[in-house]
Amino acid sequence: MNKKILKSYLVPGITALACVIIPAVLIKFNFLSAYTAGILNQCAIYAMMALSVNIICGITGQLSLGQAGFMAIGAYSTILLNQMLHIPVPVAIILAALISAVFGFLIGFPTLKLEGDYLAIVTLGFGEIIRVVLTNLKDITGGPNGKSFNTLLTFLELPKFLIFTSALIILIILIQNFIRSSYGRAILAVRDDEVAANANGISVFRYKMIGFVVASFIAGLGGAFYIWHMGFVKPEQASFAKSIDFLIFVVLGGMGSVTGSVLSAYVLTILQEGLRFLKDFRLLFYPVILIIVMIFRPQGLLGTNEFEFKKINEYRNSIKKFFENLFSKFKKGGNK
Amino acid sequence: MDSVILFCQQLVNGISLGSIYALIALGYTMVYGIVKLINFAHGDIMMMGAYAGYFVLIAMGPTPVGFCAAMIFAMIFSAMLGISIERLAYRPLRNAPRLNSLITAIAVELILQNLMRVLPFVGPNPRQVPQIKIPQLNIGNLSISGISLFVVFASAILMVVLNHIVNYTKTGKAMRSVSYDMQASSLMGINVNKTIATTFAIGSLLAGAAGLLYATAYPQVDPMMGYMPGLKAFVAAVLGGIGSIPGAMLGGIILGIAETMVKGYGPSAYADAISFSLLIVILLIRPTGIMGKKTVVKV
Amino acid sequence: MSEKKLVLQASDVSIVFGGLCAVSRFNCEIYEGELAGLIGPNGAGKTTMFNMLSGIYTPTEGQITFWDKKGKAININKKNPHQLNKLGIARTFQNIRLFNQLSVSDNVRIALHASRQSSVLDALFRTRKFRNDEERMTARVEQLLDLFHILNKKDEKAKNLPYGEQRKLEIVRALASNPKLLLLDEPAAGMNPQETEELMNLIAFIRKEFNITILLIEHDMKLVMGICEKLMVLDYGKVIASGTPGEIKSNPQVIKAYLGSEAVDA
Repeated sequence: MNKKILKSYLVPGITALACVIIPAVLIKFNFLSAYTAGILNQCAIYAMMALSVNIICGITGQLSLGQAGFMAIGAYSTILLNQMLHIPVPVAIILAALISAVFGFLIGFPTLKLEGDYLAIVTLGFGEIIRVVLTNLKDITGGPNGKSFNTLLTFLELPKFLIFTSALIILIILIQNFIRSSYGRAILAVRDDEVAANANGISVFRYKMIGFVVASFIAGLGGAFYIWHMGFVKPEQASFAKSIDFLIFVVLGGMGSVTGSVLSAYVLTILQEGLRFLKDFRLLFYPVILIIVMIFRPQGLLGTNEFEFKKINEYRNSIKKFFENLFSKFKKGGNK
Repeated sequence: MDSVILFCQQLVNGISLGSIYALIALGYTMVYGIVKLINFAHGDIMMMGAYAGYFVLIAMGPTPVGFCAAMIFAMIFSAMLGISIERLAYRPLRNAPRLNSLITAIAVELILQNLMRVLPFVGPNPRQVPQIKIPQLNIGNLSISGISLFVVFASAILMVVLNHIVNYTKTGKAMRSVSYDMQASSLMGINVNKTIATTFAIGSLLAGAAGLLYATAYPQVDPMMGYMPGLKAFVAAVLGGIGSIPGAMLGGIILGIAETMVKGYGPSAYADAISFSLLIVILLIRPTGIMGKKTVVKV
Repeated sequence: MSEKKLVLQASDVSIVFGGLCAVSRFNCEIYEGELAGLIGPNGAGKTTMFNMLSGIYTPTEGQITFWDKKGKAININKKNPHQLNKLGIARTFQNIRLFNQLSVSDNVRIALHASRQSSVLDALFRTRKFRNDEERMTARVEQLLDLFHILNKKDEKAKNLPYGEQRKLEIVRALASNPKLLLLDEPAAGMNPQETEELMNLIAFIRKEFNITILLIEHDMKLVMGICEKLMVLDYGKVIASGTPGEIKSNPQVIKAYLGSEAVDA
């Protein structure tokens, strides 16, 4: 590999390692409590769900309101694979994600031929159907009371942190690589103008399917990690209400922005925990913020922008300029 | 003979439930027809109407007079709620991409639900609604619940009035015109803002009425009560053809009957799943619904 | 004597929407290297015909045959737009359809996707094959942009370009997929006389430089008469005349269709 490429990987690579290692060390030596580590783990899982929603809604431009359904499939599949088929947990997790992807394929096939609002309704419907089925297959799924899943690692936050956060970072890298390639551009073209994309050699249906299946794989992965972390899952995990929670992360972070979705997931999950003292008023917090954002900054925090390492100099300059402007305004005021 | 009786009873129940779905579905379909927005908060307007009626019933007692007062109050309260929501949350976003309005609608739904959970005089726990006594109708061995009949009757009146308004009044004409082409309508001198507000008012009014009727038939109110019926009414609207008023009525009745029949004769736990599956099947075969019109997009 | 090779042939092509027959028994033969025009009053069925040629609509009757880059005759009635693009038909749209959120160079790059040589795995793991492929595509994109004098705008978002350059970009994008037949739908729409003149030169340049067959729809008579070698006139879905511009100009049917019967008698 030539030097220039190595250099461009250096800074992001070190940052990625730091994100995993520094908190891990802090947790190991109890500077961060197990409770905090647990929150960080939950953040990582929700960030994965945000990524899933971002891929199908933000990047592929297909409004799916049923991603939580795939998460639930991933969670329940992990339990079944491990408890009934005695497959070791790590393998079960990957398989569960693949099972979600298969469901994504089956559901996507008839659904992606529909337009806009209709697509949203159908995905909503599928999520709810999954919830009802999970509630009723009592023998397999434990019915409405859910199913518990306790493994060695359920209560060990540090190994979970290492695994979840590393998985998240790997996912982010792979997704970014995909987007910044001919394949990613093809999907963005489909989002922008289907007719034009079709006319220019891109099979619109195929690329919508790719987006949908990848999104359901990641949701399934998130679900598998979720059950590993929580030790417990209920059929409500597949409901429309949960899908909305994840959609909110992406809308606030910026539809189409990978960094935005992840950031938003972390910030909002931490906030949710921090605001526990508000009790039920906490539930009003999300939707009110959502409306304010929709009216005043509809593109969300980052819009479609990504944080790019190579643009660090640009960011530095614009921050510098911002402060320079601020100071010059103060100076002007002082001279009067 | 018994099975026929059972069937008739289920049918009446189905039509009764379906009428409630129809009333709610009408609000969805009218709003979608005019501003192309799926008003996810609509189910919760039904819930608010139910609560409004509930408080009046508590205050005035479950008498016919009390019930009428409750109904009128529920309808007016819901209408005003609908107008306020439109004015505050949807109008600023009228020219924004559709996704933004959709998200806002979801946010409004969450606010309404959680607001009710938080308010001290409401709270998350279900409350019993005082029942008014309506005698059963007995035809031979067949006994039909008086309440079911009442629901059907009340809904029918409302739908007839709505039909008259939409098809025979100036307001209705304005509503239809704006749903075809907003810009052209405003150029023809129609006050678009007022027309849209009126549409929301009428739709919400019907939802409020539906809420109180629902609370009468299934006598409990709780903050989440609008969620499922809202979703199902939405399914009904799409089934009948979203944007079509007769479609919403038809879709509601069909869904109500289907759901009741499944609960009565089939795997009742799967009733919800079957409703949604029906929706999906319809959308795949005939996306514009039973009474919807096919639109060809010009390339 | 060089034999003229067929590129496109339509035999008795008709399409019916609901009860309306939009195009009725359309026949044409387009040969390699030709610059042909499809004209007619508004609503005559020209864009509908284009939509059939580019796979958006399927004819209800008749057959459209296209000779692909290898010279093989293919029935394209039921083909999708993206399949046709791969076979060698590219088009532009009446209301410009650019990928507005993407940059100018990305717009052109999209058209190269069909000729990509790296797989998804190459993209995910950034292999050398991927990097070479990207370099190759970038080089080709810049070559094309340079040829049409919009290289300086390569990183601008497509929606920020002035109207005339947007039209140009759409044509460049269509050319990037290396088509055998280029369909231009009202390329001069919304242009002033000077821009139209530049467009005429551009189209002539493209035909020569790329050795390509061009079929266009236009209302601007100056452009049509100026560069087309062959014209077909549609009215109410039927071909009422076809021939050279000179022949069409004085054809009484054509005059009647455009200007009404009084003009014929005048």
